[in-house]
Amino acid sequence: MVNDQDVILVYDGSFDGFLTSVFEVFELKLQQVSIFRKGFAQNSLFGTIKEVLTDPLKADRVWKGISKKSSAAGKSRIYYAFLSEKPEVENLLLRYIQYLFKSEIQIDSDFGNDDVLKVTQIAKSVGREKHRMEAFVRFRLTKDGFYFATIEPDFNVLPLISKHFKSRYADQQWVIYDLQREYGIYYNLETVDIIQLTLPENFNATQSSSEYFAAEELEFQTLWHDYFKSTNIPSRKNMKLHIQHVPKRYWKYLSEKME
Amino acid sequence: MSFERTQEKLKILADAAKYDVSCSSSGSNRSNATKGLGDATGMGICHSYTEDGRCVSLLKILLTNHCIFDCAYCVTRKSNDIKRAAFQVQEVVDLTINFYRRNYIEGLFLSSGIFKSADYTMERLVAVAKKLRLEENFNGYIHLKSIPGASDELMKEAGLYADRLSVNIEIPTKEGLKLLAPDKNREDFIKPMIKVKNEIIQYNSEKKLIKSTPKFAPAGQSTQMIIGASGESDQQIMWTSDYFYKKFELKRVYYSGYIPISNDNRLPQLGTAVPMLRENRLYQTDWLMRFYGFDVHEILNNEHPNLDLDVDPKLGWALRNLGHFPVDVNKADKHMLARIPGLGMKSVHKIIQARRFRSLNWEHLQRMGVALNRAKYFLVCASNDFERRDLTGAQLKSLILQNSTSKYQKILSPQMNLFG
Ligand code: SF4
Repeated sequence: MVNDQDVILVYDGSFDGFLTSVFEVFELKLQQVSIFRKGFAQNSLFGTIKEVLTDPLKADRVWKGISKKSSAAGKSRIYYAFLSEKPEVENLLLRYIQYLFKSEIQIDSDFGNDDVLKVTQIAKSVGREKHRMEAFVRFRLTKDGFYFATIEPDFNVLPLISKHFKSRYADQQWVIYDLQREYGIYYNLETVDIIQLTLPENFNATQSSSEYFAAEELEFQTLWHDYFKSTNIPSRKNMKLHIQHVPKRYWKYLSEKME
Repeated sequence: MSFERTQEKLKILADAAKYDVSCSSSGSNRSNATKGLGDATGMGICHSYTEDGRCVSLLKILLTNHCIFDCAYCVTRKSNDIKRAAFQVQEVVDLTINFYRRNYIEGLFLSSGIFKSADYTMERLVAVAKKLRLEENFNGYIHLKSIPGASDELMKEAGLYADRLSVNIEIPTKEGLKLLAPDKNREDFIKPMIKVKNEIIQYNSEKKLIKSTPKFAPAGQSTQMIIGASGESDQQIMWTSDYFYKKFELKRVYYSGYIPISNDNRLPQLGTAVPMLRENRLYQTDWLMRFYGFDVHEILNNEHPNLDLDVDPKLGWALRNLGHFPVDVNKADKHMLARIPGLGMKSVHKIIQARRFRSLNWEHLQRMGVALNRAKYFLVCASNDFERRDLTGAQLKSLILQNSTSKYQKILSPQMNLFG
């Protein structure tokens, strides 16, 4: 339970900000501490609120320390779990990192430890969402000649999928936009940049109106839709299995699932 | 490209291609080094799933469904009264590129009916792949069907542009083949397979000497067998499969439950159910051979020529070999852990890692996600609480079946590797 001596660190929501908070915990030898992103610390919490200023140098030192004590997989597990944005994930990660620094040996695969197991599980579900997005992103060719896709992933996976799309679609300009988190990544044939768009009032993410999209766009969507229907073998139909693979909440972005 | 004509052709030629169940797009290593389009490194991605739960990862079409042959089990056979169509080489290229750019697919799987001759057909398939690679700078996945009887030169060229090549054996036994596909003989399938295998071996040895050796079919070869069309036993199927894996170093063998398509009295009649559960059991056996260290003869032999339908083949083996159990999860080697019913390879690896920190008990195993409902009868761990009753195989089986009926409904997909 939270009590008066507790310190609540509030950071800006960035990964560097979180690592800076971890740095402060060690630096100030804070015992009773919890970390929240801005806007998520509940007012009802007792304790002293301390705002953390993101400092890339401090963040780097923590990251280097982590790198020394874990495998590459263990390291990316921390980043993946962070991107889940789950409530309290910062405090789980803090305990994980404290255990990691305290232990003499590498703790990456100590699945008998509750925190290690939990971080691993969360990282795994983020990884699953990353793969889903790599599979279910559907680009549509706009009138301006770039390929545009909108997504609403459960977790903040844009930072994780950027590399995949960059190496695959190196010769076309593309944008993948997270409608929920209101930012996107844009590849301009050289680099991938983070962008924010003001989408037009009448923009409907699930339709390809000719106002914005190229003339042939709907043709290819139709061909793909037809193709999808033709590959079906009715005598093998198994909708339960189908929905297990492609959960219904993703359907609105898959042109082959539209009627 | 005229939209309506392409649309019509696509419907016909995708429909005819769907009976080939292979849709894998993994195992290649073609990277996008030249800033072109596409990348076929890493695991293949399923971009969608059909309503029967099969992965959609490639644009899978026939170049044409004109065919000079008359294989009884095939919708494309000469004597079948259906609409015929043929794509132009450029049409296939355009479709592939445009689907790929929209992230619909990982690449192309191009097969064909045999028109004019084997070489004439193979030449067209190779032309599509060549155009994609050389003109479009396409680095996505390409799977070409090797046409039985195609010449060595063409097979060699095919391997330069394709990631994977496959010849479907279709009918596991010689007698079945004679009955159902009288135009075909086994040598014609095997010849291109041998050629591709030899080229891959040569490529691998040259690569060690010369870094810039052009790639040759980096994702290897595969084949498919139709299940339940010619009265064959599971033993015949899996022994054939084992032979092809070993002899031709195949990457995958696919098993496709026969889907009744005609009233030919040599075949199961229209309306006969597709043997999906049997197909699934064959895939599980295939998995046991390739990843779990089982020899095919342990699972299928003269005393036991067919797989049980009510239990998976690993459980079936364990019930016939109770002497090997219980296995101590804190001590046993990987080989024995992999034989515990209900334990997948992922759990095996997790156990091996986690037991270095502490002796594992039931709670640890459960929290790590090890499915215990079946496994618990076959293992002991750091706990005194284990199954002590001396149960016979039959008793165990009925106990397990009682507790896990729902599990068996779930595993009807050829692409699932569940033993959970
Ligand atoms: S040769 Fe191939 S396409 Fe032609 S009938 Fe036989 S299986 Fe079908």
